[in-house]
Amino acid sequence: MSSTTASAELFGRGRIIARPGFSRWMVPPAALCVHLCIGQAYAFSVFNLPMTRLLGITQSIPDDWKLTDLGWIFSIAIVFLGLSAAVCGRWVEEGGPRRAMFTAGLCWGGGFLISALGVYMHNLWVIYFGYGVIGGIGLGIGYISPVSTLIKWFPDRPGMATGMAIMGFGGGAFIASPLSVWLMRLFSTPTHVGVAETFIVMGAVYFCFMMVGAALVRLPAPGYVPPAQPKKLITTNNVFVYQALKTPQFWLIWWVLCLNVTAGIGVLGQASAMSQEMFPGRITAVAAAGFVGLMSLFNMGGRFFWASVSDYIGRKSTYFVFFVLGFILYATVPYAGATGSVSLFVLCFCVIISMYGGGFSTVPAYLRDMFGTRYVGAIHGMLLTAWSAAGIFGPVLVNYIRQYNVDNGIPRAQAYNITMYLMAALLVVGFLCNLFITAVNERHHMVPDESDAMGMAD
Amino acid sequence: MTTPTVNGTSSVHLVLAWGLVGIPLAWGVTETLMNALKLFH
Repeated sequence: MSSTTASAELFGRGRIIARPGFSRWMVPPAALCVHLCIGQAYAFSVFNLPMTRLLGITQSIPDDWKLTDLGWIFSIAIVFLGLSAAVCGRWVEEGGPRRAMFTAGLCWGGGFLISALGVYMHNLWVIYFGYGVIGGIGLGIGYISPVSTLIKWFPDRPGMATGMAIMGFGGGAFIASPLSVWLMRLFSTPTHVGVAETFIVMGAVYFCFMMVGAALVRLPAPGYVPPAQPKKLITTNNVFVYQALKTPQFWLIWWVLCLNVTAGIGVLGQASAMSQEMFPGRITAVAAAGFVGLMSLFNMGGRFFWASVSDYIGRKSTYFVFFVLGFILYATVPYAGATGSVSLFVLCFCVIISMYGGGFSTVPAYLRDMFGTRYVGAIHGMLLTAWSAAGIFGPVLVNYIRQYNVDNGIPRAQAYNITMYLMAALLVVGFLCNLFITAVNERHHMVPDESDAMGMAD
Repeated sequence: MTTPTVNGTSSVHLVLAWGLVGIPLAWGVTETLMNALKLFH
């Protein structure tokens, strides 16, 4: 037997078709095994300060890496997340989730090991390649594969199912952050920071955990019919991945996601500094760290909550809630700052960030409603380029407008007001994009023979 | 004793699978929540 055949037997779609009696509730833990691991990306910043004193140990010396250089590691990883999800989406969809999750585990674990080598050699380019490129590819493949599998298992409640997995992506940081700190403390000595060893252990643990997910995952048998209720704006047809790009619906949803994420990601990255500058003397650095933690909890919880809500009120209505409520809350933030109400400020941002997370977790089900289940993973991969774009727009808008205001003599406590109004305006545009989304024209649907041929090709 | 669910999957398998992901997640959330409480002190 050739190795290709053996590999196809082990990882192919046919191998992982669920037998009669398999519970679909085994699939969310399989998905979470992957998403909890790749969610570490959100906690990569815990390595930044230790990596600025790899040579100086107790403090940074001139030959040590700068924070600005280290910031590129995360950025490269997010860019490759979007690129790999877009490029590999069809490969992921047609090869099945086990092959994709195995590949994601190899890339993610391997990325950590290569990065450990980069730390050992003190070569930042090796880390850019290891964590940024290889790890980023693992992120993209690992992100879309479990989501599309869950949609196939839970067509009756796709929002709740994908919300669980994408909640895991947010929750991964909660595990990774204290774990990384504990491991670095364990491996550090008076002459050594312990980052390389931490990377090795985390790479090995993540690889094993993701392999468990790959072993557990199953696809529903052909003809699997859950108790789904047909609803308005939910298609029973499928649209081929590249055909979806020719529909206005894809691009409207792209902008809906991009604008929702832009509004959230900008404040997420600046939350600590913003809270301290808007409430000088009242929110300390320690309290600001607590505020960031609280926002992360709402980010994770919102992924499950809003996606589950969307199963009842519909995807379009859920995004309308994001845009209307988001508009009101962003417009309220300057008032909270002016009146010195920390509670109102915290409440506004916690709800805003819950809707930021909810935007990510609701969009796969939105795509399923529009384009069917057959290529939803690949189409979702293409859509994640909106995340990459928002990752640039959001922080740039917040940082540059704040700096412009500060340079023009506006007090720091009020420097974010224009940004908040601008974010509210972005949400109005998002509202309009969402308003124009209608069912996909049937000329884009795959005809039954075409669907069968694609299925045979798998 | 293993109790089969309605569709035949062992409930032990379900508990183990959910425990594998639920316990680390609960630990991480608790750690974060403890830190977040400092905001209100």
